[in-house]
Amino acid sequence: MTNHDTAPVIARDLVKRFGDFVAVDRINLEAQRGEVVGFLGPNGAGKSTTIRMLCGLLRPTAGQAIVAGYDVAREPEYVRQRIGYMSQKFSLYNDLRVIENIRFFASLYDVPASVLKERESWVLDMAGLNGRESTLTGTLPSGWKQRLALGCAVLHRPSILFLDEPTSGVDPISRRQFWELIHTMAAEGVTVLVTTHYMDEAEYCNRLVLIFQGRIVASGSPAELKQGAMTGALLLVECEPLGMALDVLQQTPEVADVAVFGNALHVVVPDAKAAIPRLRTALSQQGVTVTKMEPIRPSLEDVFVSLTTAQGALGKG
Amino acid sequence: MRWHRLSAIMRKEIIQISRDLPSLLIIVAMPLLLMLAFGYGVRFDIQHIPVYVYDREGSQQSQDFLKHFQATDYFHVVKTVDNYPALIHALDAGACRLAIVIPSDFSEQVKTGGPVSVQALIDATDNNTANVSISYSEAVIQTYNRTIQLEWLRRQGQAELQSPLTVDIRTWFNEDLESTANIVPGVVAIIMAVIGSFLTSLTIAREWERGTMEQLISTPVTPMELMVGKLVPYFVIGLLDTALCAGMAIWWFDVPFRGQWSVFFLSCTLFLIVVLSLGYCVSVVAKSQLAASQVALIATFLPAFLLSGFIYPIDQMPAFIQLITHLIPARYFMTIIRDVFLKGTSIPFLLDDLLALAIFALFLTILATRAFHKKLS
Repeated sequence: MTNHDTAPVIARDLVKRFGDFVAVDRINLEAQRGEVVGFLGPNGAGKSTTIRMLCGLLRPTAGQAIVAGYDVAREPEYVRQRIGYMSQKFSLYNDLRVIENIRFFASLYDVPASVLKERESWVLDMAGLNGRESTLTGTLPSGWKQRLALGCAVLHRPSILFLDEPTSGVDPISRRQFWELIHTMAAEGVTVLVTTHYMDEAEYCNRLVLIFQGRIVASGSPAELKQGAMTGALLLVECEPLGMALDVLQQTPEVADVAVFGNALHVVVPDAKAAIPRLRTALSQQGVTVTKMEPIRPSLEDVFVSLTTAQGALGKG
Repeated sequence: MRWHRLSAIMRKEIIQISRDLPSLLIIVAMPLLLMLAFGYGVRFDIQHIPVYVYDREGSQQSQDFLKHFQATDYFHVVKTVDNYPALIHALDAGACRLAIVIPSDFSEQVKTGGPVSVQALIDATDNNTANVSISYSEAVIQTYNRTIQLEWLRRQGQAELQSPLTVDIRTWFNEDLESTANIVPGVVAIIMAVIGSFLTSLTIAREWERGTMEQLISTPVTPMELMVGKLVPYFVIGLLDTALCAGMAIWWFDVPFRGQWSVFFLSCTLFLIVVLSLGYCVSVVAKSQLAASQVALIATFLPAFLLSGFIYPIDQMPAFIQLITHLIPARYFMTIIRDVFLKGTSIPFLLDDLLALAIFALFLTILATRAFHKKLS
């Protein structure tokens, strides 16, 4: 039944409606072996709902999910044996000790007794929990808890891993450690689908899928997204007063988009060379002092803001 | 069903119970408290009814008559007053249930052969106690009449008064007519119903509430493994609690146990399966511990208390209510447990009730396996 040629994760026109609300609207996607696919989007965009449908935890309203070569709707149990899932909310047992949680999930995932010891120590090493085996899970710091949760989700060495905001509420150092773990597993051929709303984390992914209002608005590697998704060039403008400059630039026809970033403005124009002198003139005529105006490389956040504002405008129009 | 997954669930449940103080208290303290509260608190025997007396004559004869009231355990003469208003006040205040007024010409009228009327004022707020007071008072007066008659006849030089008919009473099964013997086995049934359904009503709801269910259903564990794995530990706990209650009934409350332990064990097993599965179904549907435990208590405790024959005999209920009692599993178990304790009834005589319990057990376990789905919302 398993077809090794097909991608480990395939979504075809996946739709999920809750009453009138369309949480996921015809999502199509494929993830390859060893790929780390990041689902990026604001809260409520439909990231978690998509992941839950792919894991067989939610029944799709329409469409098909094929994971590890099995149709999730028809053979959820085959799928569950081959995937690891880590939910948004910490969902191990706080009143169990670390080792008890590990043994519990190892049994549920049918880890054979012959390799149990080896897997236990592998997970303890990976999560950095050696010496904490008999600590009550509830008393661990949140970064450690997340690593343990990841460990428990991969005890059966799944070929596909679904992580739903695995690093929310975790300090930056623990987050980096966590992503190193993910990359180690991906290097071993594990397909990882991960949701996040941290822009800096998105850079760790091989491929990003931007989800907004239940739809995929863009996808590609972080580099591709930064180059391709934005038409035109991005200018950094430092000036005084900022509010006045914002008003002026919004009324200038050749400016496609203006957004405030810290104490500066990010301005999207079709052509940087031609625009810089014209914008300088327009601003100084209105009494704005420009201290800096130069082309910059867009960050993922720029891409994200640009794409979602475009979509938002479409939605309204 | 795979043994390693099943045993993992059971082990996990036992660890969680052993680390949860409220659960431990419910398991250990609740049966003890309920046994004591019901065992001592629920009594149908009416004794020591408080009595006030207004003796308007105060003669040797009237005092002699009043002694008959004092001599029985049913009445307790609290006070003698010397005016009518004090008597009325005592009834109003609830200081007595029965007030007796002896007329001023009592001894004279008795001597001449009456009629003498002794007034009995009865507080009939509690109709049951009032009825009992009336019949006991009449009995006391009958006896006193006989004494007077005998004396009168003897004085006339007549032979003994003839009373050829006597009743030869043998009370079976509960020789001392003590309501404890009837109530305490019933209390065991009620405690099993309450504890069994209460504990299991929390198990699935707790997983939803704490968010652990999401991880659990993403694993290959089957709904059957989850149910059996969760119910077996509570079944063992339920049996231990039953043994504790039965032990208290026998050695603390001195209720005779005349039946076979095997019959007792079989019926307890069936009844536990019924209440545990019921609690589990409620837990699956409710998804919150508070709602689940309340529904479970209402669904088991009230029917077990009111409609099982525990307090009110089923054959005294209106026909319609009698029909409803057939849907209450506790009704069958109540019959079995009382019969096993007091009558020592063996299986052939309990077949109908055991069969009914078995049907309920089967139906509810099937319902419990069907109720749970490995899906969110």
